[in-house]
Amino acid sequence: MSSLVKLSASQMRAGLLSGEFTAKDLTSAHLDRIDATNTELNSFLLVTRESALESAENADKTIKQLGNKSPLFTGIPVAIKDMLVTKGIETKCASKILEGFIPPYDCTAVYRLKEHGAVILGKTNMDEFAMGSSNENSAYGPVRNPWDKSRVPGGSSGGSAACVCSGQAPIALGTDTGGSIRQPASLTGTIGLKPTYGRVSRYGAVAYASSLDQIGPFGRTVEDVAMALQVIAGKDSRDSTSIGAPVPNYLEELACAKGKGLSGLRVGVPKEYFSQGIDPEVSKSVHASIKALEGLGCQLVDISLPTTDYALATYYIIGPAEASSNLSRYDGIRYGKRSKNHKSLAELYASTRSEGFGQEVKRRILIGTYVLSQGYYDAYYRKAQQVRTLIIEDFKKAFSEQCDIIATPVSPTTAFALGEKTSNPLQMYMADICTIPVNLAGLPGISVPCGLDSKGLPIGLQLVGPALEETRLLVTAQAFMDQCPFDVTANIV
Amino acid sequence: MDNFEAVIGLEVHAQLATDSKIFATSSTQSGNLPNTQTDPVTLGLPGCLPVLNKRVVDFAIKLGVATNCKIRHESVFARKHYFYPDLPKGYQISQYDKPLCEDGYLEIRSDTGMKRICITRIHLEEDAGKNTHLDHEPYSVVDLNRAGVPLVEIVSEPDLRSAQEAAAYMKLLRQTVRYLDICDGNMDEGSLRCDANVSVRLRGAEKLGTKVEIKNLNSFKFVERAIEYEIARQSALLANGEAVVQETRLWDESKGATRSMRGKEEAADYRYFPDPDLLPLVVDEAWIERIQSTLPELPGQAFDRFRSNYGLSPDQCELLTEEKLTAHYFDQAASVHNNPQGIANWITSELFGRLNRDGMAMSRCPISPQNLANLVKLIDDEVISGKIAKAIFEEMFSSSTSPASIVEKRGLRQITDSNQISTIIKRVLDENPAQVIAFREGKTKMMGFFVGQIMKETGGKANPQLVNELLTKELA
Repeated sequence: MSSLVKLSASQMRAGLLSGEFTAKDLTSAHLDRIDATNTELNSFLLVTRESALESAENADKTIKQLGNKSPLFTGIPVAIKDMLVTKGIETKCASKILEGFIPPYDCTAVYRLKEHGAVILGKTNMDEFAMGSSNENSAYGPVRNPWDKSRVPGGSSGGSAACVCSGQAPIALGTDTGGSIRQPASLTGTIGLKPTYGRVSRYGAVAYASSLDQIGPFGRTVEDVAMALQVIAGKDSRDSTSIGAPVPNYLEELACAKGKGLSGLRVGVPKEYFSQGIDPEVSKSVHASIKALEGLGCQLVDISLPTTDYALATYYIIGPAEASSNLSRYDGIRYGKRSKNHKSLAELYASTRSEGFGQEVKRRILIGTYVLSQGYYDAYYRKAQQVRTLIIEDFKKAFSEQCDIIATPVSPTTAFALGEKTSNPLQMYMADICTIPVNLAGLPGISVPCGLDSKGLPIGLQLVGPALEETRLLVTAQAFMDQCPFDVTANIV
Repeated sequence: MDNFEAVIGLEVHAQLATDSKIFATSSTQSGNLPNTQTDPVTLGLPGCLPVLNKRVVDFAIKLGVATNCKIRHESVFARKHYFYPDLPKGYQISQYDKPLCEDGYLEIRSDTGMKRICITRIHLEEDAGKNTHLDHEPYSVVDLNRAGVPLVEIVSEPDLRSAQEAAAYMKLLRQTVRYLDICDGNMDEGSLRCDANVSVRLRGAEKLGTKVEIKNLNSFKFVERAIEYEIARQSALLANGEAVVQETRLWDESKGATRSMRGKEEAADYRYFPDPDLLPLVVDEAWIERIQSTLPELPGQAFDRFRSNYGLSPDQCELLTEEKLTAHYFDQAASVHNNPQGIANWITSELFGRLNRDGMAMSRCPISPQNLANLVKLIDDEVISGKIAKAIFEEMFSSSTSPASIVEKRGLRQITDSNQISTIIKRVLDENPAQVIAFREGKTKMMGFFVGQIMKETGGKANPQLVNELLTKELA
């Protein structure tokens, strides 16, 4: 294994610019790493070996020509969750129904990375259509957690998380609708950021729940996560929900803030997030981390977010409702798989979708169809949207009156065993109780590794900020990780 | 059947003539090869998102203002779900709870005077593609060129009481969208479509009867015939003590009847909910005022103005203001020469006739309004006769030149010199003694012969009234 794969992306950039190694070396090293580990981890669905090496060659030319004026991601290998469309590269969202689908266009976030010189290594495995919390809902087999291969990496962006954790790439993109970046980051000891809703364009992100989805980066350092966000964030005219606010210079802000502590920052600690549902070891580690923040100058404030208990139900009404609508287009007519078992149009639809979708996807489509149907819309969907506004209010109030940032656990447990929760969907849903409210409120959230449990499995600390305050999250995360180092390369051996 | 009253409402869909689609960048042009006007959004590809075309909203507001609607400050796009191959996303983006325009009206001309037909709502939505079932083939084909073309749906209150009123309302709607330049109103091409809701009740009853929806009405004739048929059908059922079934029926022109659409027993549940990919559409007063200021004179206003300013008959006003282009043409002609009646006659009989003969649209008319006006002026000034004018008209049509130049070039000035005419009359009578004798013996038809000869001699240029006057005097 080449030591190159242990580096952070910013170290890779430094090495490339100084001529210590070439982009070709770097990409080859990562492709070798993938070759050596993917069979076991199953984190990649597709490795784009040739185009990656070609990009790397181009990157070397760019670096020769432009030196340190080369775009930020020149020669940096990245992995892309298969939920994001990639031009000319099969994109199937880990579902049989999209097998063989080759998008004719790039997801904006992917496009922006490519514009900045990134080398795309391939598409990572995930829960089918981003529905899951363990990456066991993939039609192409589960992903294994590098920390303990009998355990899940979390989901739905399990592939991206495992990839970064194991050194297959320094940075990977995922999507987060109810926790699908933060929870797998927590379970794999990596850093995962879900930006403010609208901060990153959703154009090209296959839609699961349109009012909740966001694309975000995984990395092993806060700086790397900031690097990725820098490039992908910002207004996109192709996404009507994308926000026009200017994108701060996150890297500059981080550099400025380095080593300066967090004095004056008020950290809200919501009691509802530390209930009996949370594993005591997780609770202990997160509390210790929050204490460490105090050591950095933060002021701890006990707060209450009373509607927290309603968040899970609200999410599992709104999410599936929007999903049932967004997944209507998978009908076998224009693209993807079409069943051969039909003698009528109705049968074509029914067979294609029955054969093409996995169990969890079907479950959520059925729930979603139900809650939108005549006679039930008001009681479920409309009601859930109303409760959502209360959840938004809770956070608004806390941020305007009591604190600047909120700290909670990410996941109630550390990585659980494969098969442990698959027989009980509701139990699986509980994995996201700490992350879901943040999506409902459209706020930014980050998971940073903060410790290990007695089994040596990683625990994550979630920091939540007001809308568009990614800088605050990154600065706090950086200060915390500098203070409480975590071995992010433990599984890169 | 007289004790029954028909209650009719129309749902009209109009394609808005913007360059690109309502939520996608592809062109809205028609008539191209299948599936060549598509893009990721039109195809409903995974990951694509709709973006609202502002010009579409401009057009819709224009229609709302022209039909006296209240324009909603904040309207919402909703998803309407159903599965069909011509609907790429499995849902249509439309408007449900909060449409863009509400509570408007149009006034139609009926035999009892102006009648107000209220418009419940006008909302924006996207068109679907086109499914074609192929005979003798085990498959159907889908063309998505039309998918995403912007539509406005105009829903009327059930204020119409007859098939004729329905046709009149349709015609006025078509005229209005054409005047506004927002839709070409071609029913046979599908840019204007009509569904009718027809019910029947005892005259004087307050409660509405069961309504039947009729689809596939793609001409004014069909609208009128289908509604008439349906009214008769429902009245007959009720008169017979039977109930009208709530259903959707299709107009079958070949049979001259409506027939039930199979398999539509239950109302579909479209599971409407606000589209999370689109922000609510905010229309402020300034936007509405901007559109208001661009509004052209509307058909009803043009009609009234023609009546009062030009004093033309209602029929003539209707003909001349049917198209905005024609009205404008007339205005220009009338401003050159003050004989609105004369100009009106020439346009409605000669010009329209000639254009029709060549299948030419008014927009391609080779005779400028100024030249037409000048032609009428030449007649009014007695420079040329009406008959000669017709020949000049024909030449103007083929060469697009001015009447004055044609008169000069061909020497077509009317002969109005009494001495000149008298001389010719005397010569003709001298040369035709037999006919003169015949005339004096009572064959008064000889007048026509003499006039014919005189016209031949003068190349048709002699003033006919003068010829008649002088000839009569000579033969007396």
